[in-house]
Amino acid sequence: MRDAVGAPQSILILGGTSEIALATLRRLPRSRIRRVVLAGRPSERLAAAVAELTTAGFAGVEQVAFEATDTDTHGSIIDAVFDAGDVDLVLLAFGVLGDQAESEADPRLAVTVATINYTAMLSTGLNAARRLRGQGHGSLVVLSSVAGDRARRANFVYGSTKSGLDAFAQGLSDALHGSGVHVLVVRAGFVRGRMTEGRPEAPMAVTPDEVAAVIVSSLRKGRGTVYVPAQLRLVMAAVKLLPRPVFRKLPY
Amino acid sequence: MTISPISPLVPREGERLLSGWGRTAPSMATVLPVTSVTDVLAAVSAAGPRGILARGLGRSYGDAAQSGGATVLDLSALAQVHVDTAAGVVSCGAGASLDDLLRTLVPAGYFVPVTPGTRMVTVGGAIAADVHGKNHHVEGTFGSHVSSMTIVDGRGEERVLEPGDPAFWATVGGMGLTGVVAEAAFDLIPISTSMVSVDTDRTADLDELMDRMVSGDDAYRYSVAWVDSAHPSGRGVLTRGDHAPVERLPARDREQPLAYDPRVLATVPVVMPKGLVNPLTMRAFNEAWYRKAPKHRVGELQPIASFFHPLDILQDWNLGYGPAGFLQYQFAVPDDSGHLVSLALDRLRRIGAISPVTVLKRFGAANAGPLSFPQPGWTLAIDVPADVPGLADALDDLDGLVLAAGGRLYLAKDSRMSPEMMAATYPRLSEWRRVRDEMDPDRVFVSDLSRRLLL
Ligand SMILES: Cc1cc2nc3c(=O)[nH]c(=O)nc-3n(C[C@H](O)[C@H](O)[C@H](O)COP(=O)(O)OP(=O)(O)OC[C@H]3O[C@@H](n4cnc5c(N)ncnc54)[C@H](O)[C@@H]3O)c2cc1C
Ligand SMILES: NC(=O)c1ccc[n+]([C@@H]2O[C@H](COP(=O)([O-])OP(=O)(O)OC[C@H]3O[C@@H](n4cnc5c(N)ncnc54)[C@H](OP(=O)(O)O)[C@@H]3O)[C@@H](O)[C@H]2O)c1
Repeated sequence: MRDAVGAPQSILILGGTSEIALATLRRLPRSRIRRVVLAGRPSERLAAAVAELTTAGFAGVEQVAFEATDTDTHGSIIDAVFDAGDVDLVLLAFGVLGDQAESEADPRLAVTVATINYTAMLSTGLNAARRLRGQGHGSLVVLSSVAGDRARRANFVYGSTKSGLDAFAQGLSDALHGSGVHVLVVRAGFVRGRMTEGRPEAPMAVTPDEVAAVIVSSLRKGRGTVYVPAQLRLVMAAVKLLPRPVFRKLPY
Repeated sequence: MTISPISPLVPREGERLLSGWGRTAPSMATVLPVTSVTDVLAAVSAAGPRGILARGLGRSYGDAAQSGGATVLDLSALAQVHVDTAAGVVSCGAGASLDDLLRTLVPAGYFVPVTPGTRMVTVGGAIAADVHGKNHHVEGTFGSHVSSMTIVDGRGEERVLEPGDPAFWATVGGMGLTGVVAEAAFDLIPISTSMVSVDTDRTADLDELMDRMVSGDDAYRYSVAWVDSAHPSGRGVLTRGDHAPVERLPARDREQPLAYDPRVLATVPVVMPKGLVNPLTMRAFNEAWYRKAPKHRVGELQPIASFFHPLDILQDWNLGYGPAGFLQYQFAVPDDSGHLVSLALDRLRRIGAISPVTVLKRFGAANAGPLSFPQPGWTLAIDVPADVPGLADALDDLDGLVLAAGGRLYLAKDSRMSPEMMAATYPRLSEWRRVRDEMDPDRVFVSDLSRRLLL
């Protein structure tokens, strides 16, 4: 159960090695956490995350095999986690940036990006929502992106998946309004980290930990949709109003 | 737009978002009204995998009276009252509120044996939390005055429990986790007027307040102190008294010495819509409350409602804390750890957690209930807004001190302690669990509190 000062006891992360998700976990009050499930593709990185969290003093850290593209398995994976006990916080944190040029050259790659970023989010999101709804409480964090606010020439495959994801998450949030389940949609800008490594940095770049700080405080305040950094809300509102010919020529 | 009920996300009949008085961490449950013991039996037998829980008037502060995904029984219609005026005992449905009871009892010359600081609680809630009042130091908890109760246990059996039975004492203070109390009988305090004769003392600091309580409380049936949580001195106002005899009333009131007419003057949303409680208003309120009290006054006559239930004048005052809600930190510590009172006040004042409701009281002897909260010594209760920065850590630190002092926190108020704190401070928890496991082997009774504290 989440307590009156916002500390959850059990957490499920889909995308168990996500830098943003792990940073979020580290910012939560550790003393109340009894169970952390890292769901992800079995790898050294995933095992290392389990070991690292355990060393850092987190109790009950476990890993569960989860492949985003294997949507048929999502229901049973999520059910198994909830069957073992209530989950107070679910983070949907998997995703890939993909390579725009390669996707244009080989549309099958674009389909994989869409499957992971959109289809799998929809699938895990609905499965988690069903179980959260059944237990009558809990929070669901969806990692969306400002890239979904307006698709850019340079990465509209990724942008379109986040756009679809964001629309889905907004609808899900409305469906769960008043049910005791809270949905938080996080529209992050450029986050320095593994996913963006080697890419030219966009203005107002943040660290995974800065995103994590916003997630933790927004969960406490029960906010619906947040931008990280917050100024991006205004920036994106302006960007959406730009005439197409101007927008097309933007460097970012 | 309606969406077919095939969707697991759409609201179902009877589903409601429930929270405690502090309005933190709400959860959704299916509320089921019951009107008879037969209804309760049927509901317990039909309980689903998420379990079932009885709820009274939701005056516990935290998550004791809610249970996400479960069935939550609304007993407000199970409230028939039978008063035996000759014997001075009452039996009633567990959904009866002390408010209802007092409207019948006071004019008949009786008072409830114990009342908490609000009369908006049910008899079921008073038993399940084993509530205490201003007379705890002499007359104990509510549960100590119960002579029998009818419950439906987790096996779906109707049972009549009496004080000799371990099941009785597991249910008193058992927070609804051993069974649903359907009816109860308890003794009453005979009174000859509806007035209380009150002595008031305003003290310059906390030491003076505590000294006066130690030396003088035993001479009074009722005693409680209010503390100025905004002032570093811990100054306070001590009010003590007893039911006034008829001779004390002015001649014009002797005609109807038992007249009882408690009122609600306003509701908070009417008084002020939002953010009523902030450090500024709270400092001003505390200052005014302190100044309003006389330095020393003896034998003032106060109506029952003003003396026992001053907060009930404002309906829904909990809304004044705004959407983040609030919590109450209430601990009990033995006499030799009285210094924790000032430590706790200091710590919370320094993070800006100031409240209008800060109450200090002396507890008398504990009873046989393994989870009953009171133990001899001091109890301090402090309301705090839940979103004060640094609150979680400050309270965890205080928990550590309370634990080290051999004290504990009150489950009816708790909304944030850890399961480890619970287990360490209620040494008879395993004894309680053994009885509970017999009464509810399949853990049919579940609350958000029981899940949080791993009860
Ligand atoms: C302003 C205020 C002042 C207060 N002052 C005091 C005080 O001075 N002393 C004190 O001791 N407490 C005090 N309290 C706390 C309050 O007395 C208790 O929380 C009490 O249990 C509330 O009763 P309720 O009917 O609202 O029960 P709820 O809050 O609805 O339920 C409390 C618990 O009782 C269980 N329960 C309720 N009905 C039944 C039943 N029929 N069978 C089995 N279990 C049941 C619930 O499952 C839950 O665990 C105060 C609360 C407020 C808001
Ligand atoms: N980084 C940014 O600039 C940025 C900006 C806005 C939004 N976001 C979004 O934030 C979320 C988290 O990103 P991050 O920055 O934390 O990146 P990250 O560290 O790269 O995390 C991405 C996660 O997705 C997982 N994943 C990828 N493909 C998967 C698959 N097929 N099956 C299962 N898991 C898969 C990865 O697991 P493996 O370890 O197995 O690869 C990893 O756990 C993503 O949804 C991302 O789109 C990121």
